[in-house]
Amino acid sequence: MASRFKEALNSGKFVITSEVAPPKGTNLEKMFHHIDLLKDIVDAVNVTDHQSSVMRYPSLGGCLAVKERGGEAIMQMTCRDRNRMALEADLLFAYSRGIGNILCLTGDAVPVGDHKDAKGVFDLDSLQLLKAIRQMASGEDLGGNKLDGAVEFCAGAIVTPEARPIEPQLIKFEKKVEAGAEFFQTQAIYDLENFADFMVHARKLKAKVLAGIVLLSSARMAKYMTENVPGIFVPPDFIDELSKVPKEQMLAKGIEIAGRTIAALKKEALCDGVHIMAIGKEEVVPDILAAAGL
Amino acid sequence: MKSITRQKTIEEIQQGLKGLDRIFIIGCGTCTTMTKTGGIDQVTEMKQKLQDLGKRITGWTVIPTACDDMTEAAMKENEQFIRSADVILSMACALGVHRMSLYIGKPVIPAVDTLFIGVEETPGFFREACTQCGQCLLGETGGVCPVTACHKGLVNGPCGGTNNGKCEVDKEKDCAWTLIYNRLKEQGRLDLMRRYQPPRNHHIALKPRSVRIQ
Repeated sequence: MASRFKEALNSGKFVITSEVAPPKGTNLEKMFHHIDLLKDIVDAVNVTDHQSSVMRYPSLGGCLAVKERGGEAIMQMTCRDRNRMALEADLLFAYSRGIGNILCLTGDAVPVGDHKDAKGVFDLDSLQLLKAIRQMASGEDLGGNKLDGAVEFCAGAIVTPEARPIEPQLIKFEKKVEAGAEFFQTQAIYDLENFADFMVHARKLKAKVLAGIVLLSSARMAKYMTENVPGIFVPPDFIDELSKVPKEQMLAKGIEIAGRTIAALKKEALCDGVHIMAIGKEEVVPDILAAAGL
Repeated sequence: MKSITRQKTIEEIQQGLKGLDRIFIIGCGTCTTMTKTGGIDQVTEMKQKLQDLGKRITGWTVIPTACDDMTEAAMKENEQFIRSADVILSMACALGVHRMSLYIGKPVIPAVDTLFIGVEETPGFFREACTQCGQCLLGETGGVCPVTACHKGLVNGPCGGTNNGKCEVDKEKDCAWTLIYNRLKEQGRLDLMRRYQPPRNHHIALKPRSVRIQ
């Protein structure tokens, strides 16, 4: 049976996803609150997997919470912390508990996180994980053994339209499409002209793309991301726009920019939807959607 | 091929030598000489440092190549001095420590950490070029090894952490997949990068790996 998210993707509507981050610890209240805030206003909620290599409550646990609270979950799965056996086992468990969507990621490097001495596994990469999901859907595990009960997932991946150089990323993007990625959520995009160029390429491959919208909460944050986060480029115009308003109004300005970007993407039918990442400011996702006229 | 080493701190060496006062030092004339971590100069320096700390040095030698069978002969030549020591302090790489542990029966304490097998790219600059994975991909990657040169060992292209040709773990470090892309593009062989690479076999040979040449 197709997942609710897959149905939304195939319906031709402008799809909206957002994400929640599990906590560091067992106090789940804040995550529950964010899930409740998002579950009825987006088509699916991603649950991050030890994002930035910081150890947290697992994505799988967060996804079960999304489901229990009536939402549609996309389980983010990185290849950093588990070998192929552990990944396969988690896929079996997720499927058995009604999780229908997986986002396959390589995962950030261990040394950028908070367990700097830990071993980075990377037994599979994001592409091989996608293929593994397809193989498991055909009733076989990666060892070539028959599964007693297969899985069925809507599996997707990520792409970075503003990576420099872009060509190596595009080659990997094509490989992911060939491997059967049913959707793509992109790294943050701000420059719509650049994104439109990328989409010309994506459309040729018939890939479903949800543009990544990262909320700019202040001019400082925007500058920091441009300078330090690979594949993110905030145009100087946006940074100027944020700098011109008083500090206490910067968040509202960031919401306005995000809303404006989403509205433009939708109006020009540039892509199939958006993936909103509010990074700690999940409370304002409804405001972003309102600003976008959605 | 060179075994690249880094000398342990004197505190760490002292910790290893705790309660062992009579010491015989063995250096190596090949890799640790080249990396200045265990050649004649470093061995004599170490001798002085340990004497200053109140240790007794029963003797020292620098074996031309501490990882091969010359080690046995060199140790036999110095047998009486080694026997009168409590411990051998090795200033050869880990391969030398293995060899030294086979003869005379004295405990061997390493004074250096063995970091990687590397090549000298420019004078004094050593870089890891091969991790001996047993499934050489270099023919498909323009001679740049993704298993070694990519921090994550990715074989299907770059991750999203690549930034203007550099790696997310270190802004000074080249992204292996940008290097591979550039090389293959120059050679007109970008089709190789489009090829799917399946998951690697981590048990091509079971550890500890060995081979017998007929």
